[in-house]
Parts: sequence; structure tokens; C-alpha cells
Amino acid sequence: MINYFKLAYRNLGRHRRRTLFSALALALGTALLMFIAAFFEGEMRSAMETTIRLNSGHLQVRDADYDLDKLSVAWDYLIEDPEQVANQIAALDQVAAATPRLFASGIVSVRDESVGVQIMGIDPASAANDPYRTLTAGEFITTDDRDGILIGLPLAESLGLGVGDKLTLLVNTADGDVDEQPFTVRGIFTTGTTAYDKGIVFLPLAKAQAFSGAGNRASMIFVLMHDREQADAVAAALQGSNYTVETWVQLNELLVLVNDFSNAYLSIINLIVLGVTVTVIANTLLMSVLERTREIGILSAIGMKGRQIVSLFLAEATLLATGGIAFGALGGWAISAYFAGVGVFFGDLGLSSDMLLQDRIYPYLTLDASVNLIVTAFIVTLLASLYPARMASRMEPVEALHKAQ
Amino acid sequence: MEVVKLTDVTRVYKIGQVETRALNGVSMDIQSGEFTSLVGPSGSGKTTLLQLIGCLDQPTSGKVIIAGKETAGLNRNQRADLRKGTIGFVFQFFALIPTLTAYENVEMPLLLNGKNAAQRKQRVMDLLEGVGMIERARNRPDQLSGGQQQRVAVARALATDPKLILADEPTANLDTENGEQVMEIMKKLNQDTGTTFVFATHDPRVIKYASRVVTLKDGVIEKDSRANGK
Repeated sequence: MINYFKLAYRNLGRHRRRTLFSALALALGTALLMFIAAFFEGEMRSAMETTIRLNSGHLQVRDADYDLDKLSVAWDYLIEDPEQVANQIAALDQVAAATPRLFASGIVSVRDESVGVQIMGIDPASAANDPYRTLTAGEFITTDDRDGILIGLPLAESLGLGVGDKLTLLVNTADGDVDEQPFTVRGIFTTGTTAYDKGIVFLPLAKAQAFSGAGNRASMIFVLMHDREQADAVAAALQGSNYTVETWVQLNELLVLVNDFSNAYLSIINLIVLGVTVTVIANTLLMSVLERTREIGILSAIGMKGRQIVSLFLAEATLLATGGIAFGALGGWAISAYFAGVGVFFGDLGLSSDMLLQDRIYPYLTLDASVNLIVTAFIVTLLASLYPARMASRMEPVEALHKAQ
Repeated sequence: MEVVKLTDVTRVYKIGQVETRALNGVSMDIQSGEFTSLVGPSGSGKTTLLQLIGCLDQPTSGKVIIAGKETAGLNRNQRADLRKGTIGFVFQFFALIPTLTAYENVEMPLLLNGKNAAQRKQRVMDLLEGVGMIERARNRPDQLSGGQQQRVAVARALATDPKLILADEPTANLDTENGEQVMEIMKKLNQDTGTTFVFATHDPRVIKYASRVVTLKDGVIEKDSRANGK
């Protein structure tokens, strides 16, 4: 049997620089696509994780009439005796944490500056509030703190506030009035998501209830699961009362949609980059065919069949693809691994709470994405080489020999 | 025994609106073991005739029978099959594959014929020895002189032990000494193995070796003479 790969290797060696640049084009394309795939994956994972962790949770239990956008603390829309409800939910095996949260809209005033914020009353002891425990200064609020407030780093910076400083907080109360009260900055937190940190302040639940006139009520029970795939099962078990139970999928419809869109974008980017790259490969092989017209004529004259000539050129494409894609994959993995460690800084992208992103995006390369990309690049390269290979195989030997003379 | 039989063969090339009749109703037989020269001025049709005999091209009309097989209607692959088992080629230019060594060039037709490694090695070494190139077996074409390359090409043409060897101006790019050497080798192989040789040439050095000289002019056979070759 003819060792096509030996022949192919030698043929590629005739024009080392051209071969090198062709393989390099394929390597760069593969590396770039691998990094983009890792970046998209990291971005979507980060968005989903951050949004779940900070905003939606895996499950939310709310009064059937509660409107998430209005932040009303009117009693009709709140859950009564929320600690008891939360404890019942927390008792389920699948549930990692369940905690009541009270939301109200407010305004922070310092000197002559005012900023609209969301006030969140939390149970400081709950593990669900761990994402807020990273403090740049001060300490976390405690359950019985009556005038302490936790604010985000960007808000503190914009208002020039430090730990121990006073601010005035206005709140829309349950009876439709506005109340105000001075608070002392107890701590300054950062979640790494500027869009979130600049627009929310935390009070102990009891204080938030008293301040807003919500009584012993909360806006929701925020639930985290051990495994988010079990959210549907738990939601089904909790249905049937006066409460609305929504899962992270329902709560993050926009994010799920964006995720689907990002996959579509990624496919288009893959198509464009691979299209350009394989054109280079096809061009290289085409030049090779045209340069070797005489040789093809000779091989044909001594009895090499069309499919054997196709095999010869496919072997060259396979070697080019293997070399280029292997180096590209290695490069793509290395770049992704590096940025997975240090992150890519974007800062505040100004996204809404429906899709929260950390200020740094950490690329995440999955085995699936890598294998898909490598296999696709390989197949596309071979497909692109079919044209020059078939062109070579269809040369009439007499014409090939004549052209060469 | 007839190795080649041509009956009223015509080949017309059409370039744009212009038709060129390269061969016009040529009929001839070539018997096994003949050492035939096709001679004539440029454009007389000798290369076209050689290409038709070699199944590299197909006639516009007429019959070409090679080793008892009618070539009309054979597709590209069938013609390739017929060539690889029956016909060897020696071209005017030194038609070796530049990335292969002398050994590998001679080995290629054997690979295409599915010979095993042991058979190939023995055959290649015998052939290279026969053309005096055993010492240069590992050299690539660019490390060989024109004469040496043509000797390797002769060895390659003989590799599959074909019934017929076709040579198109085999000495055209060789100096006198190398031209003589190549012709001596081919004549000896003809005498030793009985292989049929057909040359297209206008080199008197080649013609003097031929046992039969077929003269072509304007696409027809002008003269067909048998003589005692050297």
C-alpha cells in the first residue's frame, strides 16, 4: 500500500515557509475560536452564577400577587411569618439554604447628594447571604443592629462614604408614605459586580421590617439548592398554596435566551473564522496542484488512479490540519487557561439585575467545546481540500504532461 | 504477437474554432519485441501517436488495441489500470517525482501494482543494477545528472515488467555520451527481456538503434521500414 502520509510529508516540505504559514493560519484560527468559545462559556456561566447568587436564587417563593418590579411593601403582597415558611423549606433535603428577604425602594442621602437604591432586609446569619460578606472595610451587619447599614463599594466611593459615616435613608413604607432615618455605615461590601453593588443597601431583616412598616413580613423566601437541577422538583412540591414559586430558569428567561443567542453567535463566528482559515488551506493546496501538474501527469501515466491522487492530496490536508489544529488547540487552551486565572476586566457593563456580570470575566474552556471545535476544524479543512484534490484527480494525463512542458 | 494494433486512427484537436488534425487515418501494428522508432518533423503526429498507444489520450475516431484490449470506451481509471500493468513510459524531460529517491521512484509502479515489500525490494534493486544506478539508489532527482535521471526513468518504466515501453524523445535533453548509454541500456533490455519499445524521436542516435522506423508526416504514415538495428 502506498504510504500517502510519507509522500504528503515530503510534499509539504518542498515549500516549508508556505506550509508553515498555512498551518499557522489554521493554528491561529483554532486558537482564536477556542478562546472565544471559552470566553463565551465563562461569560454565560458567570452571568448565570452571579445572577442566581445575587439576584434570583434557585427558587423564589412569593405571595401570588407580589410584583418583583414594584418593590412594594404593602402587606397584601408580602409573606406573613416568613421565618417559619423559610424554616419549612430549609428542612427539605434538596435545599441548601432558605431565607426571607424584604425589598423596598429607597433613597440614600448624604449632604446634598441623593442616590436611589434598593433596600434589602436580610437575615445576616443565613448562608444565602455569603456573597455579600466580602468586605473592603468594616464589618457585616448583625441581626440586632438597629442603625447599621451595609453599602456597596461603588456607592461608598460615589458618595464619599467610609465606615462609621452617617447617611440618611428614605423608604417607601407599607402605608404609602415616605419615612427617613439616619444610619451608620457598618461595612462596605463588594460582590465584584459593580452594576449590583452600586444600587443596593442591606439592613437586618427586623430593622428593614420595622423601618418600612412591613411588620413580620417579607417579600420572598430566597432559596438555594444543593443541585440546581432539582429546582423543578422542589418547586412542584411547594406549589398549591397562595404562594408563587418560580425556579431559576423561569426567573432568568432573559439570561437563558441570551445564552441561546450566544451559542448562535458563536456558531456564526466559527463559520466566519474557519471559512477564512480553510480558504488559506484550500489555496495552498490549489497552488500545490497547479505547481505539480507535471507530477500528477506522471503519476497518472504510471497508473495512479483518481482516488489515489485524491488520497495523496487529502493526506497533505490531513497533515496540515493535524499540525495546525494541534498547535492551535494547544495555544487556545494556554490562552484560555491564562485568562481563566487572571480574568478579563470589563468593569461595569451597566447590565440590569436580569443579567448580572462580574467586572472580570473568567474564560471557561469545556472539553465539549474543545472537541467540537477540533473535530469541526478538521472536517472543514478536509472538505475544503476536496476541491483541489478532485481537480488534481481529474486532470487528463496528456494535458497535465503537456502543460508542464 | 501484436502488442499494438491501430486501425484508421484519427485525432483532431480543437482549440477555439480551429481544428488541427494531428493524426489522419493511421493504421499500423507493432509486434512483440520490436524496437520501433516513430520519426518525423515537429508536428508530424509522432507524440500524438505515442500518447494514443499509451492510453494517455483517446482517438477522435478509429480503433486502438493494446495487448489485445480495445481502449475505446475505457474510463479514466480503466485506462490507468491498463497503463500500470501493460505500459511503461520514458519521457523527454526527466520525469521523476522530485520528492522521492531513485529507489522510491522505481518502486512507485510496484506499489501501484500491489507488490509486497520483499518483491518490491528485489525488483527495484535488480532494475537499478541493470541501469547502473544501484550506487545512487538513495539519491533524489536533484542529486542526479540528466543521464542518471533518465536511467532511473528507464528502470521505473520497466518495473512492472510491461509488455510495451513508450519513450518520447528520451535522449533529447542528454549529451551524446549519456544519450548513447541510455539507448544501450534500452536496447539491451529489449534483447534480454523481449520487451517492446516504441520511441518518438528525431534524434539520429536513437534511430540507428531501431529495428523498425515509422516515418510520419502531416499526421499520416509516410514510410514504414524494417532494418537490422545495432
